Amino acid sequence: MKRWLAVHAWLVFAFLYLPIAVIVALSFNQSRFGVRFTGFTFDWYIRLFNNERILEYLTNTLVVAVVSTTVSTILGTLLAVGLVRYRFRWQNALRYLLYVPVVVPDVVMGISLLLLFDVVRDAIGWPRLSLFTIILAHISFQIAYVTLVVRARLMLLDPTLEEAAKDLGATPWLTFREVTLPLIMPGVISGALLAFSLSLDDFVVTFFTAGPGSTTLPLYIYSSVKLGISPEIHALSTLMVGITILVLLLGALFWKRRV
Amino acid sequence: MREAATPWERLRQVLVTVGPGGLWLVLFVLIPTLVMLVASLMSRGSLGQLVPPLGLHNYVRFFSDPLFIEIIGRSLWIGFWSTVLIMLLGYPLAFYIAQSRYKEVLLLLVVIPFFTNFLIRVYAWIVVFQKEGLLNGLITAFGLPPAELLPSTFAVYVATVYTYLPFFVLPLYAAVERIDWSQLEAAYDLGARPIRAFWEAIFPQTVPGLFAGFLLVFIPAVGTFVIADLLGGGKVTLVGNLIQLQFGSAQNWAFGSAVSMVLMAMVLLGLWLYARTQGEKGLDKLV
Repeated sequence: MKRWLAVHAWLVFAFLYLPIAVIVALSFNQSRFGVRFTGFTFDWYIRLFNNERILEYLTNTLVVAVVSTTVSTILGTLLAVGLVRYRFRWQNALRYLLYVPVVVPDVVMGISLLLLFDVVRDAIGWPRLSLFTIILAHISFQIAYVTLVVRARLMLLDPTLEEAAKDLGATPWLTFREVTLPLIMPGVISGALLAFSLSLDDFVVTFFTAGPGSTTLPLYIYSSVKLGISPEIHALSTLMVGITILVLLLGALFWKRRV
Repeated sequence: MREAATPWERLRQVLVTVGPGGLWLVLFVLIPTLVMLVASLMSRGSLGQLVPPLGLHNYVRFFSDPLFIEIIGRSLWIGFWSTVLIMLLGYPLAFYIAQSRYKEVLLLLVVIPFFTNFLIRVYAWIVVFQKEGLLNGLITAFGLPPAELLPSTFAVYVATVYTYLPFFVLPLYAAVERIDWSQLEAAYDLGARPIRAFWEAIFPQTVPGLFAGFLLVFIPAVGTFVIADLLGGGKVTLVGNLIQLQFGSAQNWAFGSAVSMVLMAMVLLGLWLYARTQGEKGLDKLV
């Protein structure tokens, strides 16, 4: 029984890694077409680095991810604190609203924001579809994830710690800064990392809210894939997978050292 | 003794914490949904813009055309069977990882594809399935004629299973980790055979994780348009493709909004049923 479980597991792992391995191998292949390995080369990587458009798309992607993650982490953390610490009207409605970006298919999220931007632009001539609208859209789904992650952490917190600070005369702001925030920091960091990777990964919502001149890497990959596959895309994908693995390994080591 | 906060002070604290985020959700989640609802009731102008008259005509068109019903049916069908396949692959895997000595490493092996860019994961299957691709390379190496694997429903299935498998394994693994194994021993002590013991003592403990994993996979699998677009290439039209088409070349935003409302209603209905069986805690467990 145990052996079958192991065989099954390694077959599934093979399934998970085979396509990625093919891309990595082909990114070093001399031949432009087909899967026959004709020789080792770095040509496709050199071409990639000489492609200035790619650099622009990378910059766009990172600008969107950094700005949207910063805003959504601040708003989401505050929202989580408010939802856990206070009772107020409309609280339940707000909690349900929070789930909407998490559960609704991203194509619905994308077109509803496209509609909003269009209606507002018709009325007041602003905003044009651009990096700005992509950032607004990303914050809208990131906020929900950050809030849920931070809220989970807050609910584990011992409320007497905050009460002690208040009894000692700390103002709400001081209590938050010196007691609550340091204690929920791991949750805030996890939430921010999740928000950041969601933004980097997002294609669908970006697709509907992007305009001319605001191409991100996922949008670029999509449009080139529609034209057919190319070794440059193999190389780009390999680099992105490599960075993903590197970040996850560093994160795992960092976490292990802390625990 | 500190003084109790005045009502005004409390209101200020609520506004400072909940205010900005709550306002954001209202402006960019609630209002867009309402705009979409109104748009779904409007008509298509000569340039594709939204114009009156208002009415239910988009919904009537959707539900009276067998073609559209077929698209919804196909999305649910492919989404459902992909999810079943994912569960068959992922369920034993979660147990294997939880019992392994190297569980951190194995977990990382599941997390890496999870965080690898979605488009790259779909793209990888084009490389495998295309005419000059890996699979046909193998087939022709055996002297057989190359197969037409792209576009095909088969390719859509494989890529859907591949893309969403980690989404299922991770929450299920969390459930398996919390299993109380002493119940298994109790079942053995009571004379149960291995299969019965597993079914009665272990399986029920994983049911909440199974439900959560099912929804986490099923909803995006039904709503996706990228996989069918890239690997089904016009052969496989799902509800996501229909929506994209209306907002793209078909230029009928009103009808596209109506289809989106139908998709959203289906998701919310599913979640409502889930919340009724699992309680509201179940919703939290989902994320």
